[in-house]
Amino acid sequence: MKKTKTLSPPKTLQKSPTGIRGLDEITGGGLPTGRPTLVCGGAGCGKTLLAMEFLVRGATEFGEPGVFMAFEETGEELTENVASLGFDLKALVAGKKLLVDYVYVDRSEFEETGEYDLEGLFIRLGYAIDSIKAKRVVLDTIEGLFAGLPNQAIVRAELRRLFRWLKDKGVTVVMTGERGDGTLTRYGLEEYVSDCVISLDHRVVDQVTTRRIRVVKYRGTTHGTNEYPFLIEKDGISIWPITSVQLQHTASHERIPTGIERLDTMLGGKGFYRGSSILLSGTAGTGKTSVAATFAEAACRRGERCLYFSFQESPSQIMRNVGTIGLNFQQWVNKGRLGLLSVRPFSHGLETHLARKIQSITEFVPQVVIIDPITGLDTTGTPLEIKAALMRLLDWLKLKGITTMLTETMSGSALDRTDAALSSLVDTWIVLRDLETNGERNRGLHVLKSRGMGHSNQVREFVVTETGIRLTDVYIGPSGMLTGSARVQQEGRERAERVTLSEEAERQQLALACKRGALEAQVAALRAEFSSEEAIITRTVSKDKQRGAVLALDEAAMGVSRKGDAIKSNGSRARRDVVTGGN
Amino acid sequence: MKTPPKSRNPKPAAAAPREWQLRLYVAGPTPKSVAALRNLEQICEEYLAGRYHIEVIDLMKQPQLAQGDQILAVPTLVRKLPSPIRKIIGTLSNTERVLVGLDLRPHGPDPSATRKGEPDAR
Repeated sequence: MKKTKTLSPPKTLQKSPTGIRGLDEITGGGLPTGRPTLVCGGAGCGKTLLAMEFLVRGATEFGEPGVFMAFEETGEELTENVASLGFDLKALVAGKKLLVDYVYVDRSEFEETGEYDLEGLFIRLGYAIDSIKAKRVVLDTIEGLFAGLPNQAIVRAELRRLFRWLKDKGVTVVMTGERGDGTLTRYGLEEYVSDCVISLDHRVVDQVTTRRIRVVKYRGTTHGTNEYPFLIEKDGISIWPITSVQLQHTASHERIPTGIERLDTMLGGKGFYRGSSILLSGTAGTGKTSVAATFAEAACRRGERCLYFSFQESPSQIMRNVGTIGLNFQQWVNKGRLGLLSVRPFSHGLETHLARKIQSITEFVPQVVIIDPITGLDTTGTPLEIKAALMRLLDWLKLKGITTMLTETMSGSALDRTDAALSSLVDTWIVLRDLETNGERNRGLHVLKSRGMGHSNQVREFVVTETGIRLTDVYIGPSGMLTGSARVQQEGRERAERVTLSEEAERQQLALACKRGALEAQVAALRAEFSSEEAIITRTVSKDKQRGAVLALDEAAMGVSRKGDAIKSNGSRARRDVVTGGN
Repeated sequence: MKTPPKSRNPKPAAAAPREWQLRLYVAGPTPKSVAALRNLEQICEEYLAGRYHIEVIDLMKQPQLAQGDQILAVPTLVRKLPSPIRKIIGTLSNTERVLVGLDLRPHGPDPSATRKGEPDAR
């Protein structure tokens, strides 16, 4: 019949799961089976509710019927009180899953004389347990006996006997106790319960209350030792033990665009890492919300889900405002991809804020979470508390692989705060800043750090237009980066220069062409001259050749005519002689 | 011990209804149960002779009856009639207190308080 978690080592303590969100996590599986657990705390901290949820969940989820022995409220009152949390006690009672026994002890109603014991209580409880075969018992709060019965010595002796008897019965008991002055309970109930003690707390700090739960002791097992905030919501108690988160997340290599093309380029060309945390810092009016909204829109456009927490604006105000930069949030809200949650920082304590956020995130299952701005939490605690809380939140988000963008309103200059509490928490830190030159204020953006990627070191001016955010071209003037109208001027100047340059080139090209033309004409003229000269020379040469031949012929003919000397070898001498003689 | 109750006995007895219905809850035949029943019978015989009815309920045998009269301690004596219901827990060893608890013995000097006298001191 025992329905408890089967644990691998044989000797470990058996535990009964409570079914209460988060409680099983911090107790390592539930409350000790077959033993009593003390739940103590001040008035209105949720003891009765926790005990009741333990029974209801046991009956509905784990098949363990339970007996609720109430010393303070009647069955009807209890039924009404827990109905608001969605527990239908009447149905459970009718189905013999639950039995509520209201024990009424009023000192003024009876006289006491002689010895007695509390066997009547044992019999009642035993009868109740047996009649529905209960595995779980709640005594809420058994301290009523101390107030109701005059003889405390008897009550103490009987309580000791009661817990032994309950252990023998093998039922898992939750008893509640009112916090005493400096002690866990007013009547020292903790002395009877040595196995498990859970303390609930309802603290008011700066007019803001936070409910917390802590496992004070749990014999024979490890458990979360911290104080965890818990919420009482419409579906019962939920504890968000995010203090137990560690650095175990796996880093994704996937990159996701920022929604601003040129910003992606600045971040190693691809944008943020999925599951990383991004901090947008900037003074008021530097466009943090616009950048964050653009990122949200980009996520929705990719088909992802985005949850946008705002501490400053209501959902409709956000939608109106982002409309002016060309983002249509309404369509994504309608498609269920975008969740806008606005809450004032003052409405809860820090831990409750955190717990609520985690609850919303768990329900919405987004891939991207935006908190705008985290500085809204400043009022909810000391810087150390806030840092610790944010670290837990960011670790938890990373564990879930959710990309988180936080915005932060800075006072003063960005770079003075390199020690900033947050910088160590975030993977990518983008600083938005005012660039004030020439009597105007412009928006600048630079990536201060981005883990795991080569990022640009350039300060970029960005402009917010009706169609979204645009990073402008970079112009570096003699006095640094040019922004605003100086940049526009520079742009104009450069355009003019470009025009001049291209005209000059054209002109030079033209001149070159002319030159080539002239040269070619010259070449043609020379060639013509040459060819005519060539023709003349050729003709002269051939004429001379002809004349030579004729002369030779003439000489021969002369020789023949003088002496008929036909000897050619003497011919030339003869001719010389002739010539000499001729002279 | 017996003289003062006796002297005032007639008054509340006269004001009381015809029959006293008393119910004694016990848990098994324990020495306490036996002592309580013995003490009760003794007191009744002395102060309510002929006008009382004692019903002994053993919760060991009838545990379901414990809830109805809001029984925690045993033995518990419940005065069902005359109303209002009154309870006395313990072995009823102190007759004086039993009489106060059953409204048979007025507390305080004022005789007018006898009828509705509340046991305001213990």
